Amino acid sequence: MAATFYGLMARFDTAPEIYHAAQQVRDAGYKNWDCITPFPVHGLDGAMGLGRSNVPKFSLVGGLTGFTTGMSMIWFTGAFDYPLIVGGKPYFSPLFAFPISYELTILFTAFATIAGMFILNWLPQHYHPVLKSKEILRGLDDAFYVVIEARDPKFDLNRAKALLSHAGAKEISELEA
Amino acid sequence: MAHAHTDHPAPAILAEVKPVAFPRATLVENNRSFSWVTEKICGIIEGPTPRWWWIMFAVSAFLASFTVAGIIYLVSTGVGVWGHANPVNWAWDIVNFVFWIGIGHAGTLISAILCLLRQKWRTSINRAAEAMTIFAVVCAGIFPVFHVGRVWFAVLPGYLFPFPNANAIWPNFRSPLEWDVFAVSTYGTVSVLFWYIGLIPDLAILRDRFYRSGDKIRSALYGFFAMGWRGSNRHWSNYEMAYLVLAGISTPLVLSVHTIVSFDFAVSLLPGWHTTIFPPYFVAGAIFSGFGMVLTLMLPLRAVFRLEDLITQYHIDCMCKIILATGTIVGYAYGMEFFIAWYGSNPYEGFAFINRAFGHYAWAYWIMITCNVVTPQFFWFKSIRRNIGLVWILSIFVNVGMWFERFVIIVTSLARDFLPSSWGYYSPSAVEIFTFFGTFGVFGVLFLLFIRFLPIMPMAEIKAVMPQADAHGGHDKH
Repeated sequence: MAATFYGLMARFDTAPEIYHAAQQVRDAGYKNWDCITPFPVHGLDGAMGLGRSNVPKFSLVGGLTGFTTGMSMIWFTGAFDYPLIVGGKPYFSPLFAFPISYELTILFTAFATIAGMFILNWLPQHYHPVLKSKEILRGLDDAFYVVIEARDPKFDLNRAKALLSHAGAKEISELEA
Repeated sequence: MAHAHTDHPAPAILAEVKPVAFPRATLVENNRSFSWVTEKICGIIEGPTPRWWWIMFAVSAFLASFTVAGIIYLVSTGVGVWGHANPVNWAWDIVNFVFWIGIGHAGTLISAILCLLRQKWRTSINRAAEAMTIFAVVCAGIFPVFHVGRVWFAVLPGYLFPFPNANAIWPNFRSPLEWDVFAVSTYGTVSVLFWYIGLIPDLAILRDRFYRSGDKIRSALYGFFAMGWRGSNRHWSNYEMAYLVLAGISTPLVLSVHTIVSFDFAVSLLPGWHTTIFPPYFVAGAIFSGFGMVLTLMLPLRAVFRLEDLITQYHIDCMCKIILATGTIVGYAYGMEFFIAWYGSNPYEGFAFINRAFGHYAWAYWIMITCNVVTPQFFWFKSIRRNIGLVWILSIFVNVGMWFERFVIIVTSLARDFLPSSWGYYSPSAVEIFTFFGTFGVFGVLFLLFIRFLPIMPMAEIKAVMPQADAHGGHDKH
């Protein structure tokens, strides 16, 4: 079976190079493209034109759920399901329920944050053209890559190659899907 | 700075005061490259198992068997095999629990609080410190779980976790001990999640390296947990945000956990326990003991794996200074407890503190004072902070001192309570001693497995704080 063409992968050797290359690809108007970096390069989100991450929205929902769970669980067990007077105190008070609700807020926030990160990143995804490439070994070690996908509406093989080499790519390889 | 732009005229005051251009400490010495970091850290896992590792592993496993044997004996016989007896019904079990939980706090401090404070030196020690946290929580958990004797009676009818059962019994949510159940289990869970998130990019490197070297089985194992990470910057963007949120919630978490642990005592009415200073004092003590343990673990690792370029003298200085600061806070708290006992004019409270320092357990009190108040003061001196062997020995003293702190607080107050007719003297039984020392074996086994199979330092994070990582090439930020 003939391999389908996925896109171009261009290598850059330093952080400033990938930063400026990303700015140029962004300004050329591409949408389906990415940078592969061994570590989060400071400022690259802006150079790629990425907005603020949506992970905190998941965190907020998780935190509110956790707090509500704590409060309602303690109310349910102590004041509704089996009302029992302990130490002459009221069946329910948000004060003594607070420490546990606080811990559950944190617990649920943590799970929601991590779930949010995985969902937004569409992970786990054990198969990907970039992972199939030999370049990934350096992409996680010390080199920086720009990947432009062929499915991008603006994609034209020669123009994309020209753009990448103009941006200073050291080596451009073709990725198969 | 030297590269000041001419289009931003410097304030006139600068000409007068001549501020010194304060040099930033280098976090990775000898101008190492990115791939040097990868080779160094991955090389530890990929290389052959060193002989010292097997020796240490055998010793740790042998030591861990003490805990296993002690627990089997306890469960099959009854809690009477421990030395607890009226009036000291809480002793080594809770001492050991608080000791181990406290150790864990430094890991979270390094990974969360120092992350929020942008202390970049945290990067090379945070992975091992977080591992230490998790293993310390495991060791801590052994004691509250098994001090009830027949464990299944505590777990199944729902005394610990709210668990629907035939007797319709729900836990007492007013009890700080119940808060502890939630605090510690949340702490353990969140620590594991935080640690795992940090590991993902590094596991991806190992996946690809093992794949290229033909080790398909190890590649698949690391790859399964790497979740298909490919270093995409669109992923990094969400990853960084998730990491920041986790750091943001772990900070109140770590402070709340030891606060709640201190509530176990502070909410009671016993003289010496019933004090409002406990939460901050316990948190400071926890961080103090945790950094002691971080140094105890990291200094040998640094020497044996030749990691001097990654854990520099600057890192050691920083840790010593945190020990100095928190140790001094602890020393202040010891003094303040005495002051309040006198100032509060409560005869029972006053007696509790006089008894601590000069009663039957005075030996434990003075060990505590020596280790926790005197030891950290050595770290004022640069020459001592630069003497690695001495720093290591002092870090052991910190660990010992913090164990004695919990012993002094818990046992002295219980042994001499309100009624002289019920006074007693507590000594641990052999089973308790073996169970406790065995937990160091449990910890050792887990930590040795960690350094053998997982990257002991976060490669991606270290690379991100190296000078080459700056996208603006070291020039002024735009």
